Amino acid sequence: MTFPLARRIALAIAATLAPLSALADTVTVVTSFPKELTTAYKKAFEARYPGDKLEILNKNTAAGIAYVREQPAGSRPEVFWASAPDAFEVLSGAKLLAKIGPGNPAIPAKVGNYPVNDPEGFYRGQALAGYGLMWNTRYLKANNVPEPKEWADLVKPVYFGHLAISSPSRSGTTHLTVETILQGEGWAKGWAQMLAITGNCAAITERSFGVPDGVSNGQFGIGLVIDFFGLAAKNSGMPVEFVYPSVTAIVPANIALVDGSKSPEGGKRFIEFTLSEEGQTLLLQKEISRLPVLPSIYAKAPAGYPNPFGGKIQAKVNFDSNLSESRYYVVLSMFDQMVTFRHKELVAATKAILDAEKRLAGKPSPALEEARRLVLTPVVDEKQAADKTLLALFKAKKTDAEASKAKAKVEEEWATKVKANYAKAVELANGAK
Amino acid sequence: MTRTSPAVAAVALAIAAFLVAFLVVPVAAVVVTAFADGQGGFTLAHFAAFAQISLMRESFANSLYVAGLTVAFATLIAVPLAYLTVRFQFRGAILIQTLGVLPLVMPAFVGASAMQLLFGRSGSVNLILKDAFGITLPLMEGLNGVIFVETLHYFPFILLNLSAALANIDSSMEESAQNLGSSGWRLFSRIVFPLALPGYVAGASLVFIKVFDDLGTPLVLNVTNMLAPQAYLRVTSIGIEDPIGYVICVILVVFSIAAMAGSWWFVKRRDYAVVSRGGAMAPRRRLTPWQTFLAYGWIALVLLLVLSPHLGILLLSFSKVWSFTVLPEQFTLAHYATVFEDSTRMIWNTFLYCGLAALFDVIIGTAIAYIVLRTALPGRQLLDHLVTVALAMPGVVLGIGYLRTFRGIELPFGGGALTASWLIFVLAYAVRRLPYALRSCMAALQQVHPSLEEAAENLGANRWRTIRRVVVPLMAGGILAGFVTSFITAAVEISETILLTSRESLAPMSYGIYLYMQSIAGRGPGAALGVIAVVLVAVGTYLSHRFVAANTPQNPTGGKP
Repeated sequence: MTFPLARRIALAIAATLAPLSALADTVTVVTSFPKELTTAYKKAFEARYPGDKLEILNKNTAAGIAYVREQPAGSRPEVFWASAPDAFEVLSGAKLLAKIGPGNPAIPAKVGNYPVNDPEGFYRGQALAGYGLMWNTRYLKANNVPEPKEWADLVKPVYFGHLAISSPSRSGTTHLTVETILQGEGWAKGWAQMLAITGNCAAITERSFGVPDGVSNGQFGIGLVIDFFGLAAKNSGMPVEFVYPSVTAIVPANIALVDGSKSPEGGKRFIEFTLSEEGQTLLLQKEISRLPVLPSIYAKAPAGYPNPFGGKIQAKVNFDSNLSESRYYVVLSMFDQMVTFRHKELVAATKAILDAEKRLAGKPSPALEEARRLVLTPVVDEKQAADKTLLALFKAKKTDAEASKAKAKVEEEWATKVKANYAKAVELANGAK
Repeated sequence: MTRTSPAVAAVALAIAAFLVAFLVVPVAAVVVTAFADGQGGFTLAHFAAFAQISLMRESFANSLYVAGLTVAFATLIAVPLAYLTVRFQFRGAILIQTLGVLPLVMPAFVGASAMQLLFGRSGSVNLILKDAFGITLPLMEGLNGVIFVETLHYFPFILLNLSAALANIDSSMEESAQNLGSSGWRLFSRIVFPLALPGYVAGASLVFIKVFDDLGTPLVLNVTNMLAPQAYLRVTSIGIEDPIGYVICVILVVFSIAAMAGSWWFVKRRDYAVVSRGGAMAPRRRLTPWQTFLAYGWIALVLLLVLSPHLGILLLSFSKVWSFTVLPEQFTLAHYATVFEDSTRMIWNTFLYCGLAALFDVIIGTAIAYIVLRTALPGRQLLDHLVTVALAMPGVVLGIGYLRTFRGIELPFGGGALTASWLIFVLAYAVRRLPYALRSCMAALQQVHPSLEEAAENLGANRWRTIRRVVVPLMAGGILAGFVTSFITAAVEISETILLTSRESLAPMSYGIYLYMQSIAGRGPGAALGVIAVVLVAVGTYLSHRFVAANTPQNPTGGKP
C-alpha cells in the first residue's frame, strides 16, 4: 500500500488542478466602457475565479460590432458589453448572440416602464443609466450663466453659445435623450425644443465623450450627458455639477453572450459575476459611478447617490421602445440633416432671431414669428413620420441600390429645404421691425 | 538606362504578389460594396445617389479647400526651416530638425485635444485675451481650426523630404550661381529650390493627400462637412454595409491617385539629377548678425507654435485638475506611475511592430524605386500606383478588409490565427505606410545620376554590387527619412489599430492612449503615455539623424576605395 513518492505527488497535483481546470478559461470581453471600469471588473473577477483569465478588448460600439461580425464562429469573443441597446439589437438580428438564462432573480424585470432585460433573452441589463445636464461651475460663473434644471431651460437666449450635445447618430445615448424629449413633449413641440437647444449649442460633438470632456475642461458651459460621465467627472475633482431633469428616461446598459465563442461557459460565468452582489457593488466606485440594477446595492451607496428604484429620479416619460425602434433611422437622419450637417446655418439663424428679439424688445413682429417658425419646424411632421413607406425606405437593406437611391433623394429634399429655411429665417429676422 | 533581367522581374513579381495579397484583395473585398446592388450584381446606382446629394458636393469642395490651404501654410513653415537648417551655419540644426518632426508622432486626435486646451474657446490663449482685452479668437472653430491643426501636424512631411533633397544638391551649382553674383532670394528661388523640387513635390503631395483623407482631426474638432468624415459617419452610423460610404472611399482613392500622378508628371517633365552629390560637405553659409537674429526669432516662433500640442499634453500629463484656467492648478506624478504600472508592454509592442513595418517599407520602397526609375520592366509603374492606393485607403476600410480576407487563416507551427497574432499589425502598418517610404526613396533615387551607376558598371561591378555599394549609400538620407516617416506615422495609427486589436496584451501604444482618453479620470494617464511616445520617438529620430551625419562621407574623393 505504499505509493512511490512521485506518484503520490502527481496525484496530489492532479487533485488540486482538477477543479481549476474545469474552470480555467480565457474570457474575452468586447466593450466600449472606460478602463477604470474594466480594470476593476478584471481584478475582482480573476480574484473570484483564479483559474479564469479576463481579456478586455476596448472598442467603440461600432468597431466592436464590426469586430464581432468579422470573426469566424469558434474564435469570437465571449462577451459583448456596452451602453447602446440598439447595438445589441443589431447583434441579435445578425444571430451573433446566444440566449442566456433568466439571471439573478433579485433584479427587477422593469425600471419604470422599460424592461431591464431583453424580452427574447439575448441580453441583460447590467447597470442603469439616466440622461441629464452637466455643467462647469467656473464657466457658468465667469460667463454669468444661470444653472439649468430642465431641458426646457436650455432654449433660453442666455444659454446661446454655451451648450454642447453629441449627435444621436454617433451616440446611442444621445439618441435616447432625443427620443425621450420627442416622446415626453410630443413630436412637433419636442423637435421645436431640440432645434432651439441645438441652435444654442457651441458644438455638436462627434463622440459622446466629447461633451463631458469639453464641459470638464471648460470648452463648453453645459452639456447633455449620460449620468455616469457627469458623476465620474465630479467625483474625480472636476468643478462640475450634474442633475437629472424631470423629463428623462432610465435605460439599462447591457451585457450579452456572443454565439460561437471559444468558451461560452467562461463567458456565462463572467456575466453572472457582473450581476452578482459583488459585481454590482463595483459600480459604486467613485471613478465608475454607475447605477446598479440590483436594488439592494443602493443601501451601501454613499449619501446622495441617485437611486432609480427609490423614486428619487422621476422618469415622467413612459418610454415606448417600439415607437423609438420603428422611427429610429428617420430620427437619426432628420437630426443630422437639420442639425449636425447644418449647424453653422442653424446657429446663424438662431443668432439673427435672438438679435431681433433684443432689438424689438417684445414688440410683436410677424416677420420674426415667421423666422421662428422656419427654424423650429421639423422637416417631417408627425403624420409623415409615421408613414409606413417612409419608415420602410429608411429600414431597407443598405445594399439595396434602388432603396438607397430613393433614400438619398428624400434626404436631399430635406437638406435643401432646411438650408433654404435657415437662410430665409436670417433674412426675415434681420429685416424684422 | 533601361535594363531588365530575370532577377529584377522576379523581385518585381514578389513585391506585386505581396501588394495583391495584403492590399488589393482586402480592399477589393470591401470596395466591392460600392458597386454591389444587393442581389450579387453590378450597379452604378450608388454613385448616382452620391452625386445627387448636395452635402456630398459641399464636403468634396471643403476637403479640397482645406487640403489646398494646408499645403500652402505647411510650405510657409517647412521651407524656411529646411533651407535655414540645411544650408546655413546654424546652432542646433539637428535639434530643430528633430523638433520639427515631433508633430507627426502624436495621434491626430490627441494633438487636436491638446490644442483645444490651449487655443480652444476656453483655452489658455483665449482666457488670457479675454482677461486683458475682452476678446476671444475662434482659432479652433470650423474649417479654419482644421487647417490650423493639420498644418502643424503635417508640415514635417515637407520638411523631411525637402531637407533630404536639399542635402543632396551639388553645392557647386550654388557656388557657380554665387560667383555669378546671385544671392539671397534669387539664389534660393532660381537655383536651390528648383533643384530640390522633387523633394518638395513629394512632401507637398503627401500633405495634400493626408489632409484630404484625414479623419481624426475634423472629427475631434466636430467638423463633419468634409469627405473623409462623411465616409466614416456613413460606415459607422448607418452600418458597414452602407454603399455611399464606400462610394466616398472609392472617390478618395481615385482622387489621391490623380494627385499623385499629377505630382509625378510635374516632376517627370524635367531632369533633376546631378552628377555629383552634395551631401554633408556642402559648405554652410554664414548669416549676417541681423539675419541671424531674424532667423532665430522666426524659428523660435514657429517652433513654439509647432510644439504647442506637446506643451499642452505635457501639462495635462502632470495636472490633477485643469478646467477653465490658463494653467493646471494642481500637479501630480501619479499619471506616470499608472502608465508604468500597466502599460509598459504597449511601449515595447509599438517599437516591435512599427520598427519591423518601417524596415519592410524601406526595403520594398528602395526596390520599387529602383525598378520604376532604373529598369524597363513592362508595367513597372503599376507597382508605384498600387502602393499609392494604400495611401488613400481609410484605416477602417483596410481594417475591415483584413478581418474579412484573412479570417480563418492559421499561421504555421501552431501560431494560431493570423488575425489574432501580432503579425497582422506589422503587415497592416507596412502596407499603409509603404507610400511614405516609397516617396522618399523615389525622390532620393531621382537625385542620383545614372552615370554614377554606369561608371561603376564600366569598372566591372555587377548590378547587385552597384546597387549595394553605390546606389543605396547615395540614397541613404532618403531611405532613412522614409524609415523615420513610416515608423512614426505607424506609431500613431489608430483607426486600423482599434479594429485589429484582438487582445490587450498585443496592443500598441496608440491604442493605449485612445483607451485612456475615453474617460475623465483617464485623460491624465493618456496624456502621460502620449508624452512617453513623443519622447521615445524624438530620441529615435535624433539618433538616426546623428547616425546619418556620422556615416556620410565628408569628402567623396577621399572616401573609402
